[in-house]
Amino acid sequence: MTNNIATTPEELIRKEYTAGFVTDIETETFPPGLSEEVVREISRKKAEPEWLTEWRLDALRRWEKMEEPTWAHVKFPSIDYQAISYFAAPKGDKPKSLDEVDPELLRTYEKLGIPLHEQKILAGVEEEPSQPRVAVDAVFDSVSITTTFKETLKEHGVVFCSFSEAVQSHPDLVKKYLGSVVPKTDNFYAALNSAVFSDGSFVYVPKGVRCPMELSTYFRINAENTGQFERTLIIADEGSYVSYLEGCTAPMRDENQLHAAVVELIALDDAQIKYSTVQNWYPGDENGVGGIYNFVTKRGTCRGARSHISWTQVETGSAITWKYPSVILRGDDSIGEFYSVALTNNRQQADTGTKMTHIGRNTKSTIVSKGISAGHSSNAYRGLVRMNPGARNARNYTQCDSLLIGSECAAHTFPYIESRRQDAIVEHEATTTRVSDDQLFMCRQRGIEPEKAVSMIVNGFCRDVFRELPMEFAVEASKLLEVSLEGAVG
Amino acid sequence: MSLLEVSDLHVKVADREILNGVNLEVNPGEIHAIMGPNGSGKSTLTNTIAGQEGYIVENGDLRLNGTSLVELEPEERSYAGLFLAFQYPVEIPGVTNMEFLKTAVDSHRKQRGETALSSVEFIKDMRALVTKLDFNPEFLKRGVNESFSGGEKKRNEILQMLCLEPKVALLDETDSGLDIDALQVVAKGINEFRNSNNAVVLVTHYQRLLNHVVPDYVHVLLNGTIVKSGDASLALDLERKGYAWLEQDTSP
Ligand SMILES: Nc1ncnc2c1ncn2[C@@H]1O[C@H](COP(=O)(O)OP(=O)(O)OP(=O)(O)O)[C@@H](O)[C@H]1O
Ligand SMILES: [Mg+2]
Repeated sequence: MTNNIATTPEELIRKEYTAGFVTDIETETFPPGLSEEVVREISRKKAEPEWLTEWRLDALRRWEKMEEPTWAHVKFPSIDYQAISYFAAPKGDKPKSLDEVDPELLRTYEKLGIPLHEQKILAGVEEEPSQPRVAVDAVFDSVSITTTFKETLKEHGVVFCSFSEAVQSHPDLVKKYLGSVVPKTDNFYAALNSAVFSDGSFVYVPKGVRCPMELSTYFRINAENTGQFERTLIIADEGSYVSYLEGCTAPMRDENQLHAAVVELIALDDAQIKYSTVQNWYPGDENGVGGIYNFVTKRGTCRGARSHISWTQVETGSAITWKYPSVILRGDDSIGEFYSVALTNNRQQADTGTKMTHIGRNTKSTIVSKGISAGHSSNAYRGLVRMNPGARNARNYTQCDSLLIGSECAAHTFPYIESRRQDAIVEHEATTTRVSDDQLFMCRQRGIEPEKAVSMIVNGFCRDVFRELPMEFAVEASKLLEVSLEGAVG
Repeated sequence: MSLLEVSDLHVKVADREILNGVNLEVNPGEIHAIMGPNGSGKSTLTNTIAGQEGYIVENGDLRLNGTSLVELEPEERSYAGLFLAFQYPVEIPGVTNMEFLKTAVDSHRKQRGETALSSVEFIKDMRALVTKLDFNPEFLKRGVNESFSGGEKKRNEILQMLCLEPKVALLDETDSGLDIDALQVVAKGINEFRNSNNAVVLVTHYQRLLNHVVPDYVHVLLNGTIVKSGDASLALDLERKGYAWLEQDTSP
């Protein structure tokens, strides 16, 4: 057969990573290395209060005694933590308004399709429904560049700003909740983050307020040889609601770069937090050179009765993903959810899943995990459902599906259940399927080209998860899958 | 010029010669029925025409409107106007029938240099079609063949055929496993589809569909070749006599 359309893996595998450009901007970067002095310097840069400096230093001392975890189903050469720079920021003072932001940076976000200009709503003009407003916090390397719609949000009492700013403006909230969900010594990477964390987002939604727009943070790694260690803290006070989205990209570089973030969510009585991630860090090239090591600790606590936390993640990027967004179901009748699509292609490795800890009575959790492996990649689901002795009537439903494309990839599932209750209901379903030649042929017979067919089949496979994403991000996610799958057709 | 021309077709599957010299000529407006015992090569013939991977054309040619198909990708054959209703339609979980049909129709439109239909337009067209065919409109919302019954899958193939309006439709046992009502629906679909510019090739084991869709020609495929061709009455003979009397003809 002729081949003017590429149908072999070799032809198609040249995956295009459109976010892979570098912004040419003057950066202040710390020399590589980690020490008390570096930590103090980061804290000084951000003019942090004494307690926070001490908090960081305590984390550093504890981290120095910890070992890297080795239980994940991933392989990589050991990381030299002294070779990494722990702070990088565009030179100059933090811009006070968008007009002061370096045009080069603005262009970067424009290229990435991230709106930094607040769309003006004219009086009497209906809001275009396809253009819902989203407030954006743009984090570039170690600092936040700008946060949009702050004023509008303020009118509703919602605080949305960079973490560094929150330390200054809402020190009490930060002090009360920082580390309350993910303790400093939770794990090796969380401890490292606690010592050197740079910027991230801070959200506080007051009692009874339904946040009037989606909040989002876009993380961008630009500088070379630096790590990104963001810290995000979201507090939903009683009866409030917030939907938050996180997106991430990085330039294509031959070295691996470390991204070790910590995200903490707190939902009080009757509050709901929806946290969605579309993760598209640079995944490395087809031979596995370069790419981001995405070692992230994300955890929410349903502290109040009837509170509700859901994690939805679409993970297509990174060379290695090590990530388990979890929920501690402390409040009675609280609900925890985890919806995940993890796609690995080429040499990518992902070990991702969740942990649902049921403490309160009548707590419910749902886990829907969709793993897609293509190329020579490896994709593991790892989940733990724990029913504590006090969790009367707790229930969990887990559905864990793997889809394989081609014959060189691997999928693994590691579901753990620890139940200390007789009355707990724990359901687990798992499937492994392949994109079959017959499916592909049927699509092609109907005139659907192979790449389109595969992405359609994969999208169908992910439907249950995409349904959970805010509309506009669902579209973005499904486009991202298409790009990430380029080259996956055999 | 004939619409579909199969000449001296030799096909190997998994290193085994399955078809050895098939000839078939289909003209616009015609209906052909292909019959033959299990394993005689009927699906091999239709799959080869549609370009299924693994069906190697060792010799001979396939032409649609005078253009050879042999070197074309399956989707290019589809654009050229070829349709195959599968003997065993597969499921695509999570992709709705509507989405699948629209993607297929839009791909065809793009090939013709036309813009994609708006969802609203498409849904309207589909609803009309579905009603005309006595299909349950709920089917459009369900995953492609996902947990469809055998008969429902076959009806779905007919729906796809009507959407894509091919020049030549190869229907591989679309009448198998249908209840009496479904058979009527499928027959109605085929009669709805046929006109003086297109053609239908039915692969079937039974006379019953042919009562509703009367073929101009009936061919018997046996051991990889067409051993006998005739008019509609040949199907009746086969129903009475089976294939044994033809078997002798092919023995050397
Ligand atoms: N992929 C394959 N690998 C090996 N043998 C095959 C393959 N496809 C078809 N064959 C063989 O080719 C022969 C013809 O099969 P084919 O499916 O064309 O028969 P058929 O006439 O359609 O039969 P039926 O009436 O049962 O549908 C059979 O012996 C079958 O086993
Ligand atoms: Mg057959």
